Amino acid sequence: MLRLEGVSHAYDGRRVLHGIDLELSEHRIGVIGANGSGKSTLARTLNGLVLPDEGRVWLGEWNTHRHARRIRRRVGFVFSDAANQIIMPTVAEDVEVGLRPLKPGRAETERRVDRILQRYGLAGHRDHPAHLLSGGQRQMLALASVLATEPEVLVCDEPTTLLDLRNSRMVHRVLDTLDQRVVLFTHDLDLLAGFDRVLVMDGGRVVHDGAPAGAIDFYTRLMDAAADDPAAPDPPDLPGGRT
Amino acid sequence: MSAVGLYVPGAGPLHRVPAGAKLLTLLLVGVVLIAAAHLWVSLAALVLALVLYPVARLSLRRAYRVVRVLWPFLLGIAVFQVLVGEWTEAVRLGAQLAALVLLANAVTLTTRVSAMLELFQRLARPLRHVGVDPDRVGLVLALTVRSIPMVGQAWRAAREGYLARGLSGRPHLIVVPVIVQLLRMAEATGEALVARGMDEGERET
Repeated sequence: MLRLEGVSHAYDGRRVLHGIDLELSEHRIGVIGANGSGKSTLARTLNGLVLPDEGRVWLGEWNTHRHARRIRRRVGFVFSDAANQIIMPTVAEDVEVGLRPLKPGRAETERRVDRILQRYGLAGHRDHPAHLLSGGQRQMLALASVLATEPEVLVCDEPTTLLDLRNSRMVHRVLDTLDQRVVLFTHDLDLLAGFDRVLVMDGGRVVHDGAPAGAIDFYTRLMDAAADDPAAPDPPDLPGGRT
Repeated sequence: MSAVGLYVPGAGPLHRVPAGAKLLTLLLVGVVLIAAAHLWVSLAALVLALVLYPVARLSLRRAYRVVRVLWPFLLGIAVFQVLVGEWTEAVRLGAQLAALVLLANAVTLTTRVSAMLELFQRLARPLRHVGVDPDRVGLVLALTVRSIPMVGQAWRAAREGYLARGLSGRPHLIVVPVIVQLLRMAEATGEALVARGMDEGERET
């Protein structure tokens, strides 16, 4: 189970997370919030990409300050722009490189690569240059590369932001079928259908925590109220475009 | 796509040769061509390089693409050699350069990047004793190859933005957005490497 204890974080003196306490034990958890609400920073604390200034993030007995590597092997992360996540020139090589830290051996690596490419509809693109894939295929490759390592938890930071409806639905279906726990940070409210729990973030705090229907209703009203006050400025960009 | 392409899937004879053997042969051919410094040897190497493409079941169009990009450099070298030396020297150097680039391209087209990386990692293993991490050497090389299309993509995006705003005559204005975009890509790639457990500089106890 992922547990956050008093997690606070600031970039250049601007506080983006304010003392968040959470226990994430459900199978499907959604996190929604406006730009600048702290979603992406919170997502990055879950596998140690961001180490909070205050508080701790725990996976079982490990915390990201002391056991970041172990936690990253169990908490996979998918970014919104898959192009930046793909490291190797071809599709199969990118899946394979993610397996290297696990040292499964050559035969097992080949087997896992073939299986995962088959499962996610990329077997026909095995030796194709990854940068020539379509946006949807690229995101599928990013997902496949992470899932090949068989993480316990999958954290997705707006995985459908750059995708059209068809590809967005494909990603949705993949996430839907996973055995792993999924923590999905998204603006796409349709993706949250069937989720066990949805958190709403605003101003670096969790302002609502409950079932999807109630959370979406709360969020919609929050956004309507914000739209009624157009003078309220958007927060500035943070490093790497995160919010 | 860059002119010097990446791996092309296939089952030709060159695909089956191990990466180490191909690179060693390429090195030997280069040494022989330079050491011999002979017109006919260079021309023979060029013909052999061209013959290698169909033998390796690679389209001759791929060879043409490389020569097309190389053409201005060959012409520059030839003009310089004709002005300061002899025309035979110009032909020899042109043939030598074209042969080596075509052969190197044939190796790239028939060798998976991962096979190249494994080879370089093996070769870098003795350097462990002086503090060099072979895995990191392999990763740096992989990222270098991967970055080539990313740079092209950043350039195209910045150019489209420049043209869309009706700008012209000041191409240097494209440079800053390209650099900014590349820095962002580099930061995001670094973050992805950490997320995928490929950072070695851990602070783990």
